[in-house]
Parts: sequence; structure tokens; C-alpha cells
Amino acid sequence: MKTVDIIIIGGGVVGCMIARALSRFALHVLLIEKEDDIGTGATSANSAIVHAGYDPVTGTLKAKMNVAGNAMWDSLSGELGFEFERRGDYVVAVGKEELALLDGLQTQGQNNGVPGMHFISADEMRLREPNLSPHVSGALWAPTGGICDPFMLTVAAAENAVHNGVSLLTGTRFEDFIFDQRRIVGVKTNRGDFACRWVVNAAGLYADEVMHKAGVRPEFKICPRRGEYSVLDRAEIQINNVLFPVPSEKGKGILVTTTVHGNTIVGPNSQWVDDKEDRSVTGDGMAEIWSGAQKLIPSLTSRFSIAVFAGLRACGNAPCQTPGVKHNHDFVIEIPAEVQGLVNLGGIESPGLTSAPAIARRVVDLLQDAGEKLAVKRGWDPIREPRPHFRRLPREEQIKLIKADPRYGRVICRCEMVTEGEIIAEIHAPIPALTYDAIKRRTWLGTGRCLGSFDMPRVVDLIAHELGVPPEAVSKKGPGSEFLVRKTKEWEVPA
Amino acid sequence: MTRKDKYDVVVIGAGPGGLAAAIAAKQNGAEDVLLIERDQELGGILQQCIHNGFGLEIFGQDLPGPSYAQRFIDDTLACGVEPLLDTMVLDITSQRRIFATGRHSGFVDIRARAIVLAMGCRERTRAQIRIPGTRPAGVYTAGTAQRWVNVEGYMPGSRFVVLGSGDIGMIMARRLTLEGAKVERVVEVMPFLTGLTRNYVQCLMDYDIPLHLSHTVKRVIGNQRVEAVETVRVDEKWAPIPGSEEIIPCDTLLLSVGLIPENELSKKAGVLIDGLTGGPFVDDTFETNVPGIFAAGNVVHVYDLVDWVSEAGRQAGISAAKFATRIRRRETGLVPLRVGDNVRYVVPHQVNRESLAEAPVRLQLRVKTPIESPVWVEVRNRDHLVLRKGELYARPGEIITVEIPIKAYDQVQLADELTLAVVKR
Repeated sequence: MKTVDIIIIGGGVVGCMIARALSRFALHVLLIEKEDDIGTGATSANSAIVHAGYDPVTGTLKAKMNVAGNAMWDSLSGELGFEFERRGDYVVAVGKEELALLDGLQTQGQNNGVPGMHFISADEMRLREPNLSPHVSGALWAPTGGICDPFMLTVAAAENAVHNGVSLLTGTRFEDFIFDQRRIVGVKTNRGDFACRWVVNAAGLYADEVMHKAGVRPEFKICPRRGEYSVLDRAEIQINNVLFPVPSEKGKGILVTTTVHGNTIVGPNSQWVDDKEDRSVTGDGMAEIWSGAQKLIPSLTSRFSIAVFAGLRACGNAPCQTPGVKHNHDFVIEIPAEVQGLVNLGGIESPGLTSAPAIARRVVDLLQDAGEKLAVKRGWDPIREPRPHFRRLPREEQIKLIKADPRYGRVICRCEMVTEGEIIAEIHAPIPALTYDAIKRRTWLGTGRCLGSFDMPRVVDLIAHELGVPPEAVSKKGPGSEFLVRKTKEWEVPA
Repeated sequence: MTRKDKYDVVVIGAGPGGLAAAIAAKQNGAEDVLLIERDQELGGILQQCIHNGFGLEIFGQDLPGPSYAQRFIDDTLACGVEPLLDTMVLDITSQRRIFATGRHSGFVDIRARAIVLAMGCRERTRAQIRIPGTRPAGVYTAGTAQRWVNVEGYMPGSRFVVLGSGDIGMIMARRLTLEGAKVERVVEVMPFLTGLTRNYVQCLMDYDIPLHLSHTVKRVIGNQRVEAVETVRVDEKWAPIPGSEEIIPCDTLLLSVGLIPENELSKKAGVLIDGLTGGPFVDDTFETNVPGIFAAGNVVHVYDLVDWVSEAGRQAGISAAKFATRIRRRETGLVPLRVGDNVRYVVPHQVNRESLAEAPVRLQLRVKTPIESPVWVEVRNRDHLVLRKGELYARPGEIITVEIPIKAYDQVQLADELTLAVVKR
């Protein structure tokens, strides 16, 4: 049986950030992920916002992690080379009643430690975002809000972790723990057993099932809450801000925001679903997000939509542990008393992405508190160099890049201007992108207005060529999702 | 051949419109003509259209797509047009500077005296028609499937449902059947066929593929690969009729739900786009609002027959050559064309008053709703009838062509606008 020090279950943004944080120390860390790529769950389908931290109830772990995590993003983005823009965000009130609610939100933000929040008048707000509804009555401005590429953060963190010695196994599903009395000494997976001293539960939507196998928190349950989104054609409309409606009981509401890719997105709604894999989009859901978005920006129309998607929030039911604070969906980040050798995470819904660096730091702290001697590894390298994105480069840089490697001169995705060079670089990256969707998430190809109908045959061909497999073996997202079924002419005429 | 940094005419896109434009520009006085194509060969989408039905108008022959294209490719190369293959145009400016890139051509930065935009069109996608459900492999546009089958030689599925009765969808239904796949049905949200009648007869009826009008796909089912689609009947307002849902097991959903002129580049150069056609506003010489930038073919509006695309390309090529060699006509102003009864759009959008001094002016229009009985196509200058042409029927899927004759020169000189209508006879 292969032996490591720590096994992390789950390669989402939280698992990968923990892997990177632990890679600093002289430990053998193994990250296992059930899917064929990292970051395919909540990490790949969310609002891509780095929240300022005024939204969580004061005193919750969510509030603490949010504000602490938010402050870590600048250095994180510098070290890991992914897109992050700290452009601030607005909570926009429509009508008098909503205006009154901004005060409470500001107070909550200040209590949480969010810096620099202040009120913006309706007139000033319309200058800042001319597309806003005439019924807007004012807004709350939080300068520390931001937008990011959550998927590339995850890839970058995992690459940096692997660079610093972490082992990553995709397509590896946790099945059970191996116990020595009340101590966890390993895990069983579909790809064999692994011995270890610690397990970190970062299983996202499946965190409840994992902790139950350890006999921890039998009452804890993850209920997936689906959020649907629509992506708008940047040639049709560009909203240059992050605009939240005034939050309600149901959550943060339908927002309208720009992304680091320059598209405007609208969403999400919020709907409980039974199935932890149900990322389907519904007609009702679309109607809901459009009416929500039009409340802030009346000129938005679904005609601008070039793509729709849905993500699932890993919503838990853990009560906040701070005395006197009523909140029943707090983060769980703990070393539970029932067993030894488990760092248990659960209910990491929004603001989980923002909090991820702080969560990773807390996991390190918890291990140290539990007596784990964490010695900093010699030669630990915090830097991960980004690979070039042709479309983002200034013209002179594009010319240089093509001269150095002519494959960067051939455009494969016409809408998003993704080149052959970028695709091949991802196929052979430290964490190789072996499916169409894996390349899509890394390069943003196929996300434009033609939704991949131009690039798809070309990308299938490139993957097949680079991996030396037949085109029929190339898939959208792993086994069972192959694009092609057979060659033409190879069939029997039925008798 | 060394590439120059300045050309008389640069044509963007080497499909039927671009090929015809490049040849015509070269033959009408443009000395240096560059034809930029993103694919690795000339011909554009015709190269994957291996079915016949091309060339009846221009050659009086029924040709497959690649044969039709080859005639123009031969002429293009013979007359000295310079092709630049495997090269994508990134940007064009209103001053007619062009930036492009290619694996073999490197970074391209050139100036043109005149530009012909011939980028064609792209297919409408699942998101644009908003089909809910999961996002598995197996949802493809008909054109993508066509490339896989006809160019790459691979089958993208075994059991198909086709959404949309557009021409490519019907042609692919036949093609896939011939390759041993089962096409369960074609569903169309409109109460009428949106493609050509001849394709319905030759591609669906002849192969016993059912067509369900006033139906749409309500939902895609399957996580990794399509496992089924749910279809539903719709009312006149496209609202699903409860109780009419049907689950059709299949592994592929093909979309043939319309084409959109591809004008992202045009917009960068400041070319104004008509919301109705999705293409630039053009006059009868196919000049856009930006002087020296012309547009022709499916980039202007989606045609039903390739012959008309080539013809428009030829016109645009001639106009571009004249502009580049500074042959200008007498400026006598433009007459706008207006849409009247049952006309969805008409191209061109305006006519030069002086054009009729040289030749008849061709107008092409699509109707809003079908009329299955003889109709008049009328062009009026206020109450005066300029032209009336009879047609046996009028269908949205088929373009109607009329020509303003030279003898109408005086009437057009005096007109401040012309209105088109299609009415029952």
C-alpha cells in the first residue's frame, strides 16, 4: 500500500488551495479527485466574484473566512498568475424600501471588518453605470470586492502544489476510510488503498457523505442549491461593474456583473435540487434570472445570451458555533473529536471561493494545533508562471509570440481568439487538459457566440493528434462523453 | 510570392462570395488582389457541402459544392489573385488597415484601398434558442456534424433528432441516413418549413423521415452523452402545449435553427449593421456606410442559393475595383428601399439613382409569412407602380428576386423612396 502523510479528498478550489498551502512543508501530500479534471464542481460554475465580506452574518465562520480570504487575493494572484481584478462591488437599491436596507448591510460589513464601504447616491450611481434602471435609489460601495477566474486559480494552485511535490490523482474516487480503532490510517479508493496519517475532507457537495463514513456529524447534510446563469455577448452589451441587488432572505439575489473575460453574466437564481449532479438549466430558471437582472439593468434582453449554465452550491446545515449568533448554514472547518486524523470541512458554499486561501491557512493552523510538526521545505517555490493567452496580449507581444512559436499564429477558436499554441500548451501542461471541456475551462475556447461549433472538430483533431489516440476516443468530459461514434462507411446495411 | 504591405483590394473570406469578389476585382482593374482565408484551402463551407444543387442559376448545371467551388478556385488562381490561406483576420479599421495572423503567414499588417467583407455566416446555437436541460456531448449544429461526416470522415452519433427544418439540417438528415444512422424525426417550431421545398422532398420524404411542424425540443436529457430529448407541440406564440410532451431516445441532437451573418469584424471597422438581416446596410454596389468597405454574400444576409452569393460577390468585387482605381460615378444620391406588406427585409437597403444608367438593379427580399397562391411582388414610388412581378407562391425560406429595369431610370431619379410589397394576386 502506498503511504503518504496527508490525503486531500476533492480537487476543487478549496482542495487545491489546501494542497498548495501544505506543499510548503516537508510532507508527502496526495490530492485525489473523482472526476477526470480538477475544479469541475462548484469551482467551474459560479459568479466568479471575490466578495468583500459584508454579506455573511457577523460572528460566523463564513464572515471571518470571507474577510480574511479577501485580503489574500492580491498576493495570491501575483504568485500564481491568474486573472483577478479588485474593482469593487455595488449593492444597488431600487425604490425607497430597499434604500433603507443598505444601512444595515453597511453596519454588518463594518462589524465584519470590511474596509472602505460607503454610500453612493442614485445620481452618482447612474454616472458610474449608465445602463442602470431609473428607479435606482442609491448603492452601497465596497472597494475590496473583485472578480476573478476561479478555474484558473484552481489550476494554478494545483500546478504550484504539484511543482512543490504534491501528488495528484484524478479519476480517483474516495470509497471509505481505513481505521485503526478510532484513528484514520488510510483511505480506500476505486484505484486502490492509500495509507496516511491525516485526511482532509474537501469533498464539496459530497462532504457530508465523506464525514459520515468517519462517523462524524451524522446530522450534517449537504443540500445542493442550484444557480442558473446566462453569459452575454460582449459585442452586444458590456456592464463594467459588479452589481448586486439588495439581498433578501433567499440570498444575494440575481446579480449583473462583468467577468475577467469581458463578458457580462447574469444570475444566479436559487433552487433546491435532490441530485448532486443536476446541473441542468430550466426555462423557469432562465425567466427568473432575466427578470431579476432587468430590475437593475432594464435594457438587458435574453437575445444577448450566448451561453447558459448552472452550478450547485454545497449548502450545509451546520449551526454557527459563536454563542448568540443565529445562523444555520455556517462553514465547518474543524478537527473533530470523534476520530483522529481527520480535518473536516463542510458546507463551503458562497463565499467559499473568496474564503479558499483563508480556509487553506486555517487547515494548516489546525494541523499545527493538533501537534503536527510542520517544517518549511527548503526550496519551496510560491511562483507559478502563467501560460500566454494570445487574445490578452498587446500587439507587439503577439508578434513576438508568433515569431517564437508559429502555432500561436493559428486561431482555432474564432470568437474568443484562442490559438493552437495555447491549446497544445494546455494538453501538455503539468496538469494536462485531456478533454474538450478541460481545455475550454483553461483557455476559454468555445465559450463565445458560436459555442464551439467552429472549433470543436479542430480541437478534437488536435487532442487526438497530440495524445496519439483515434478521434473517436476524444471526449467532452471523460468516458461516456465521446464526440464521435465511428468512421463513416464502417457499417453494415441491415438485411 | 512575397506579400506586399499595400493592396488595391483585399477580400476577407474565400467562400463563394469572396472567390467571386476576388476574381471580379482582378478582372475589373484592381492590380493587386489579396484573398484571406482562415481555412487551409479555398472554397469555404462549400467544401463540406458534397450534395448537389449548386450552380443551376449560374452554370445551368446541378453541381456538388466542391465542384462548384473548384470552378471559382481555378479562375481565382488563373487570374492572379494572391491567396493567403490558414490566416485569421483579427482586426480591420475604417482606414482599411488589416491585422491578421496565421501559422505560416505569421503576423500580417497590411493596408487596402478597398476591402470586400465576405466572412459568410455562422449557425445559431442551442443557447440562442434557449433549450433547457443538461449539457452533455451530442448536441451539435448541423454544419459541425456536416464537417465531421463529409470532411473528416467520422460519424458524430447513431440516432438523431434534428431541430429546425433549415436546409443544412434536412440535407444532413439524408446524409446521416445514407451513412447508416437513424434519424428519428425533424422538428420545426414554425407552422411551416423554413428551408427549401426541394430539400424537404429529396431529403426527408424520400427517406421516410417524419417532419413535425409546430414542435420544438423542450429539454435535453443525459449527463455525459445525450440520452434523449423531450419534444413538445407549440401554439402560434411558440408556447408549449401541456400534455403533448414526448421523450425521444437518441444520442445526438442536431441543430438547424438558422444562420447569423458573421459581422464581428465589420463592426470593428465601424460598419453599421441592420438588425433585421444581421448584416451591413449596403447600397446596390454593396458598399457599406464606411467608404471603400464593401460586403457581399451571407455576411450581408443569408441567401437560399449559393449562385446568388457568387453573383453578389462579383458585384462587390467590381465595385471594390472601381473604388480602388478611383473610378467614381456621378454622385446623384441614394434612394432608400422600404419594406411594405409581408416583406421581412430587402437587400440592398438603398439604390444609387445613377445605377440604372448602366444596368438593371437587382433586389432580393424575404417574406414574413407564406402565401401558397400566386402573388404580386410590387415596387412602388409612393402610389406609382415602378415594377410588378408575378410569383406562383411566396415562402419565407425562399428568397424572391426582382430587377428594376433600366427603363425605370426616370422614375427612380425622381423617387425619394421605393417600397416593396408582396400581395396576393
